[in-house]
Amino acid sequence: MWGIIRQSAGNRGLSISKSQFRCLVQGARSYSSASKEMTVRDALNSALDEEMSADPKVFIMGEEVGEYQGAYKITKGLLDKYGPDRVIDTPITEAGFTGIAVGAAYHSLKPVVEFMTFNFSMQAIDHIINSAAKSNYMSAGQISVPIVFRGPNGAAAGVGAQHSQCYAAWFGACPGLKVLAPYSSEDARGLLKAAIRDPDPVVFLENELLYGESFPVSAEVLDSSFCLPIGKAKIEREGKDVTITTFSKMVGFALKAAEILEKEGISAEVINLRSIRPLDRATINSSVRKTNRLVTVEEGFPQHGVGAEICASVVEESFEYLDAPVERIAGADVCMPYAANLERLAVPQIEDIVRAAKRACYRSTSMAATG
Amino acid sequence: MAFSAKIIQPLPLFTTRSDNKNINNLSSPFVGSTYKLRLPTPIISSSRPHFGSASVVAVKSEVIKDSKKPKSDASSNLLITKEEGLEVYEDMILGRAFEDMCAQMYYRGKMFGFVHLYNGQEAVSSGFIKLLKKEDSVVSTYRDHVHALSKGVPASQVMSELFGKTTGCCRGQGGSMHMFSKEHNVLGGFAFIGEGIPVATGAAFTSKYRREVLKEADCDHVTMAFFGDGTCNNGQFFECLNMAALWKLPIIFVVENNLWAIGMSHLRATSDPQIWKKGPAFGMPGVHVDGMDVLKVREVAKEAVGRARRGEGPTLIECETYRFRGHSLADPDELRDPAEKAHYAARDPITSLKKYMVENNLATEAELKAIEKKIDEVIEEAVEFAEESPAPSRSQLLENVFADPKGFGIGPDGKYRCEDPKFTEGTAQV
Repeated sequence: MWGIIRQSAGNRGLSISKSQFRCLVQGARSYSSASKEMTVRDALNSALDEEMSADPKVFIMGEEVGEYQGAYKITKGLLDKYGPDRVIDTPITEAGFTGIAVGAAYHSLKPVVEFMTFNFSMQAIDHIINSAAKSNYMSAGQISVPIVFRGPNGAAAGVGAQHSQCYAAWFGACPGLKVLAPYSSEDARGLLKAAIRDPDPVVFLENELLYGESFPVSAEVLDSSFCLPIGKAKIEREGKDVTITTFSKMVGFALKAAEILEKEGISAEVINLRSIRPLDRATINSSVRKTNRLVTVEEGFPQHGVGAEICASVVEESFEYLDAPVERIAGADVCMPYAANLERLAVPQIEDIVRAAKRACYRSTSMAATG
Repeated sequence: MAFSAKIIQPLPLFTTRSDNKNINNLSSPFVGSTYKLRLPTPIISSSRPHFGSASVVAVKSEVIKDSKKPKSDASSNLLITKEEGLEVYEDMILGRAFEDMCAQMYYRGKMFGFVHLYNGQEAVSSGFIKLLKKEDSVVSTYRDHVHALSKGVPASQVMSELFGKTTGCCRGQGGSMHMFSKEHNVLGGFAFIGEGIPVATGAAFTSKYRREVLKEADCDHVTMAFFGDGTCNNGQFFECLNMAALWKLPIIFVVENNLWAIGMSHLRATSDPQIWKKGPAFGMPGVHVDGMDVLKVREVAKEAVGRARRGEGPTLIECETYRFRGHSLADPDELRDPAEKAHYAARDPITSLKKYMVENNLATEAELKAIEKKIDEVIEEAVEFAEESPAPSRSQLLENVFADPKGFGIGPDGKYRCEDPKFTEGTAQV
């Protein structure tokens, strides 16, 4: 670690080496006072910082990532530390800079492309799908594309239809992409570091509303070698009566729903998918075989969604274990309305999850009344 | 960093050509082309003082003209050496013969889908790519076979790819529009208009990054992006001209203006058809060159490659050329005027080079014939090779989705790869 830092500092002169030293000291301090809390924002920032420090091929590119320190401050401090050659402010040209990053990855650099929000990735979708995801296959393995596309995804608050959408199912449908959706600070750190180290294109779907949330983190999570496996879900809470699969911000909702359900005598198992593609079918199916009931939760649209895929997987592999129809909770099948009350109705709420879990357990209020 | 963005005039096409009358008939400008629109452009010979360092090309063309006038015999005044001429000639013949064979094979059902042939445009591919080193990159479009050949990908591998065979340069997984060769730094044929330009700009960005961040001082690799006139109305073109000039990237934007999209004339599609003018608008030199004359193409290409290698930034070069066949083999090609086609057929770049070389005693007819014969054999062998090669095996279907060998979710041991505790460490190495 020291060697790497000294080396890159030497390349850049004294003032940088000072700031790098300061960061290292800060890093050491937070390490020593471990099992503290960390925000998702700091988790992402530290993961970027560590990976950039470890590998000079890693650079970050996007709108306002440098001097402005990131639209959501995820890249805060990186410009000072790594300079404008590696923290690159781009013009507002998603198609252009995404394609440039893909081209750089063709030559084995490791770009991290920040989309100010994933809604803007639609401007660059050609390069994500056609240039990044397909090149390794089209070139028969000659051209690999080690790149990360990251930024906030999903419903934000009060920003209307064009800025509030979950793209997990969209990118999850594409061979050649790996799609990650972190929930906690541990997820954010471990998955982002894995994504940057991965030799393939990774779509990294953050959530704006989680950036400021704090989560407890262990010393292990804070270690610079920490990394989470891509393609592996996490059982956030064990249970025996019903399985709830979900990802990103909805993990928090599902955990709260599980607390409510517990009071009513229902033990819910909450699976944080972490990876949308590859999808951890093994963990999902073994959980369903234990609980015999499944509720899928996502913010995105229902049709052809992540829940639909999970449902298909369970029907294919564990049909005979199901004791109730699969319950699918998703965003409303409309684009996001602006009005606060309508917006709330358009995305899943904790009570929706509670209701669905009860239905799956044949404990819905109406049935309880007749029973 | 500051870049003096002076307006660069195009090559004085019709004046420099005066020493090269064999190549075309001066009195008949490009039919249906931008000729009329170019007329108001002043001839630059009298305005040399206006040109800054960025206008090397324009100055250079003057030099060529001046140096040729006084003497007519000395071989040092020729535009090309014998060796260079033979190399370029061979490459152009290879491109032409390869594409003609593709048409035959397509009609015999040996290749399928969209096959876009390059006939007529050989001066551009050979004129530019033959100046490159192996480490330099080429990014192409769906009309990519000949760019790959010029860059050194063996004809047998390209043909085999077109046949969909496992010995193809992409094992039959890419196809006509997606030629890749890591070894030769052919970074892809791209099937969408404009898609290759950012990728090429990224390759150029990598050269700069390696030099300035990774401290590989000797990394002077340049990238050439080839695309057509239709692409120049696409946003990605403008986005990348901006960033390439802004960051002084070692890239050459090569517009192969063959005057037509599929059935849409360039003049009907573009508000100002002089594409080269868009270079100065972004602070880079813009050059116009006769794309049917490989010697002229080579001159401007040399300047641009030199500029890129020296770290002086990008160049936009518009090569006015023509495709002798339809847009693809599926195109009935009914909208282009037969007179226009005949006009360009008479300006065949291969015939012109041949004439130049023979007239200037750079090669004998027999030498050139020998090259043609050699290429015929190469093409025959390529077809045989492709024909005899096996089709991809069934197991190949699921390979190469990820660079990560276990990326498909299940490792060679049959277990989910994510179950391996060393999973992420492993991927870091690949």
